[in-house]
Amino acid sequence: MITRPRTVTLVALLLLIALVLLPLLAEKFTVQFATRILIMALFAMSLNLLVGSGGLVSLGHAAFFGIAGYCLALLSPPDHGANFWTSLPLSMMAAGALALVIGALVLRTSGIYFIMATLAFAQMLYFLLHDTGIAGGSDGIYIYVRPDANLFGWHPFDLEKFRDFYFVVLSVFVLVLIFLGALRASLFGRVIAGIRVNERRMRSLGFATLRYKLVCFVLAGILAGLAGYFSAAQFGVVNPDMLGWHLSGAALMMVILGGMGTLAGPALGAAVMLLLELGLQSLPAAGGIDLGKHWQLPMGIVIVLVALYLPAGIARRFGEADE
Amino acid sequence: MSEIILRTHALSRHFGGLAALADVSLACETRQVHAVIGPNGAGKSTLINVLSGDLPPNAGEVQFHGRDITGFSADQISQLGIARSYQKTNLFPSFTVFENCRLAAQSRLPSSMHFFRPAAAQADVNARARDALSQAGLAGRSDIVASELSHGEQRQVEIAMALATRPCLLLLDEPLAGMGTEESMRIVSLLRELARDHAILLVEHDMDAVFAIAHTLTVMVNGRVLASGTPEQIRSSRAVQEAYLGVANA
Repeated sequence: MITRPRTVTLVALLLLIALVLLPLLAEKFTVQFATRILIMALFAMSLNLLVGSGGLVSLGHAAFFGIAGYCLALLSPPDHGANFWTSLPLSMMAAGALALVIGALVLRTSGIYFIMATLAFAQMLYFLLHDTGIAGGSDGIYIYVRPDANLFGWHPFDLEKFRDFYFVVLSVFVLVLIFLGALRASLFGRVIAGIRVNERRMRSLGFATLRYKLVCFVLAGILAGLAGYFSAAQFGVVNPDMLGWHLSGAALMMVILGGMGTLAGPALGAAVMLLLELGLQSLPAAGGIDLGKHWQLPMGIVIVLVALYLPAGIARRFGEADE
Repeated sequence: MSEIILRTHALSRHFGGLAALADVSLACETRQVHAVIGPNGAGKSTLINVLSGDLPPNAGEVQFHGRDITGFSADQISQLGIARSYQKTNLFPSFTVFENCRLAAQSRLPSSMHFFRPAAAQADVNARARDALSQAGLAGRSDIVASELSHGEQRQVEIAMALATRPCLLLLDEPLAGMGTEESMRIVSLLRELARDHAILLVEHDMDAVFAIAHTLTVMVNGRVLASGTPEQIRSSRAVQEAYLGVANA
């Protein structure tokens, strides 16, 4: 179903080589920023599994991102790092379990009601963490030491080193990209695509669509948890904003900007959004307005322009074919 | 020998105060075409929607192979071997003709919960989809996007999709609507062929086609069964002529 011109493959390969070489050439800030882009790209890709593949527009996806971050924070002792090999799967499982519960409830609705229901559940969690003291309240929790990759005495990498951290996130990113590519062409992926296009027809063909949508929702939640885990590890702090609708909205913007339903689009969207944010924040004052401080204003203009001139997203502009 | 595989008993469905189906009892037999005719608004499409599980009935019972399946969901009913086509073409418009049919065939796998098994590499599913396409006369049209087909060809895709699910009972809602004469003749002969090993419940307005292929006819008016019998009995029934055929032929 996916016909990809050779040039796209070539561009992807060159991009991967550039990403591998980056930490050997660039300084610390750039590498850390690239890590942040990759983490947000993971998060946007997980949302795209719902929005682009399944046609399920969620405004509460940050709940799964945030819950995995909190999970790592709660598993991290104050004086040393949590074990990477146990805390990562546990955090992903926590996100998956939450997605199973929320998904089982919200997937009974559709369209605008689905959007509102996902938002409502995420905001409930936000306020639960914000207004009660169960996990540090509005201040959140600090993670003083990053997870420790000790595997029976062997340390394959050290997450405290910014280059190691980058390479671990890059590897995870590539693995998720391969997984999502395989998923799209799989039996499951075709069912999800069919549900997006015509759910009623899928039911009359004999597919129990709710079950497939729920599995899709849980997969997306687990992958969002993966991103949230690394985000919490990178910044060393979690707070309720990690689950807020601002972040859900930003991820949705990345997906739309990059190209809903494309494989590379959400990652491109994440890169464009974060680079724009960085660039616009350093804008000088003009005409009495400090543009750098109010960077969201020019950002809004850019988004409107993209919506006008690249309505199908950046990735499609560069030749990524539809499913 | 044909046997009854589907039987409805006093099936009713109303929308607000309107009784779209009232007390409908009928039966479908293997190797038989049972045609349901009647003027617009007689409840024919509602009957198919209730039998396919798209709409739950308000009262009455549906039995399939002697088992009560009243209130089953559309996907459960499909898995029992009851396939339907829609009056208003209902496809995956952005997918190719082949993919439309392939998905229909894929529905017969025990499970599609496979994240790594490539859909395109399922030889048996592909073969079933291809068979269904060639049966419906679409063998050369596989790679065309469904929305680009003519209306008549989209109707053929509907039938191909139903066939790809390997049903034993076909519920066909006006399969000939909007088809040209040639396509129509093709489908009529396909239906005759299918009636050799399927049960078919056919809702159709084309009376020539209906009288040419139906073994049993049920005439519905205002949600109720007016008459039921062989084509000869229906043709000579005074009640039917007054209520329906007379009007149609006038």
